[in-house]
Amino acid sequence: MATLELDVAEEAVTQPVRKGRRLGVLFWAAVGWLIFVFAVAIFATVLPLPSPTDMDMLERRAPFSAEHWLGTDGLGRDELSRLIYGARISLVVGVCAPVIGLVVGGALGMLAGYFRGRFETMVVGSMDVLLAFPPLILALAVSAYLGQSIFNLTLILGVLSVPAFMRVARASTLTLARREFVIAAQALGATHARILLRELLPNVMLPLAAFFLLGVAVIIVVEGSLSFLGLGVPPPISSWGSMIGEGRESLDVAPRLAFMPAAAMFLTVLSFNLVGDTLRALTDPRQGAL
Amino acid sequence: MAFFVARRLLYLIPVLIAVSLLTFSIASLLPGDLAYTILGDQATPENVAALRADMGLDQPIWWRYLSWLGNVLQGDFGRSFRTGQTVLQAVVERLPVSLELMLLAQLGALSIGVPLAIVCAARSGGPFDRFMTGSAFAMLSVPTFLSAILLIYFFAVELRWLPATGYVPFAEDPAANLRFMVLPALTLALAEWPGIMRVLRSDMIATLQEDYIALAKAKGLTPARILFVHALKPSSLTLVTITGINIGRLIGGAVIVEVIFALPGIGRLLIGAIGTRDLIILQGVVLLVGAGFVIMNFIVDLLYAVLDPRIRHGHA
Repeated sequence: MATLELDVAEEAVTQPVRKGRRLGVLFWAAVGWLIFVFAVAIFATVLPLPSPTDMDMLERRAPFSAEHWLGTDGLGRDELSRLIYGARISLVVGVCAPVIGLVVGGALGMLAGYFRGRFETMVVGSMDVLLAFPPLILALAVSAYLGQSIFNLTLILGVLSVPAFMRVARASTLTLARREFVIAAQALGATHARILLRELLPNVMLPLAAFFLLGVAVIIVVEGSLSFLGLGVPPPISSWGSMIGEGRESLDVAPRLAFMPAAAMFLTVLSFNLVGDTLRALTDPRQGAL
Repeated sequence: MAFFVARRLLYLIPVLIAVSLLTFSIASLLPGDLAYTILGDQATPENVAALRADMGLDQPIWWRYLSWLGNVLQGDFGRSFRTGQTVLQAVVERLPVSLELMLLAQLGALSIGVPLAIVCAARSGGPFDRFMTGSAFAMLSVPTFLSAILLIYFFAVELRWLPATGYVPFAEDPAANLRFMVLPALTLALAEWPGIMRVLRSDMIATLQEDYIALAKAKGLTPARILFVHALKPSSLTLVTITGINIGRLIGGAVIVEVIFALPGIGRLLIGAIGTRDLIILQGVVLLVGAGFVIMNFIVDLLYAVLDPRIRHGHA
């Protein structure tokens, strides 16, 4: 996953850099942090870490030591190991759910923006309906019935992210469909499928990819909120959100148990936002647009 | 204007019907039989059959939807089979808490975001502007439950200035009520001022480049007068939308914040209903919240048209 995103970054970046626009230290720091988090999450099983679920009741809330680098949590489980395994959950859900939104929302948005008419009204209307529900409640209600699992969680959050991707795809398609190269293709007698896939898709893909990174940030937060409430991934699997929730119980004796996963989550979300926002600004011709 | 309102109203009807349909399907189509849920593990098949017939669960699904919708349109949202409370009673009981929280949070967010936006726009590109834009961006990456934890840690655990959880009705003791509301409202305000500031700042920068602002400067008006009197109103269109959407969103209660601070609002009602599988409450409240959001958006659209004549003429 990490390599794929880097490809996107390089592609989008090469041209404006030549124009003299700098990406800045922050951008590269964010990219570096993301690579680091992805790397430790992917190689979590290979790294010499204690088990994230083994409890040691004699070593509860132990301070930093050579054995437990970041100490232990309220049940004597290794904090560093839980942080790294928690990263896996946040990243898997955070990346897979927006993929659903990207594919479904992107396709709907492009079709709506290209064919217009009744179909467009219907798509936009049904997305309005989906947006009318408080997303967290919808996610909670559905996961309460389908059962708590990573798969269900990803699916629900993916569906909830469809409207946003639809809007981005539709907005770009609307402007692109009036451009000369599309009109030329139509005049040459190209089929709708060819215009959509060969002419429009490569151009819509860029803003969608930038938006995808912002979507990852949002989904990580929502997943964290659900797990924080104890309604995300089922225990004993650790997730940053559930670790913050557990750490909240001992805020007066060991605030670090809440603050460490909180810092990890903040840095990751901030990095996705930074990278996504930079790419969005590069792909969006309108200056200073939100 | 009348045509514009009528057009938007006409669009509202199918959306509201779809909202009710989706709400009903969430509660009905998902696994789990309501009759079994009510009767528990001890249910005999005869009991279940009797209850199903009694509640109309043996009817076809479209018929159940229509009769539910019919009842809803007459103001009957059903009654919880656990507490015996009607949906409307439950909502009326909890709505003031969520509304107060929303109101305080919006006031807080606006009073942080608007002045900052104006100062930043007046000196856009300067060191203060860059610092605040950066801070706003960083704040957007802080989830509400995270800032809630930090606020509790500093103000309740370390400094012991404010209570961490609890609630007292405003009518009973206004001072105590406000003390309980400070941290939850501040948590939400912290999450919302960056959006407000970013939007108003960029709109304001655009407005400040208009010719009439140059004229106002040439006339020798003070910068404060130009910023607050001449530039603020035309720049606040998007701000109205953002605030409206936030209000609509928070009608459903700020679930996380209400749970963390133990406030008995709409969000907690919903979480409770999910926990106890109280389907009647769940579908009733979700419908009310969804409809509230749709209607709030409608009002924002109208307000928009009132503020900017171009919209009602351009679109209609």
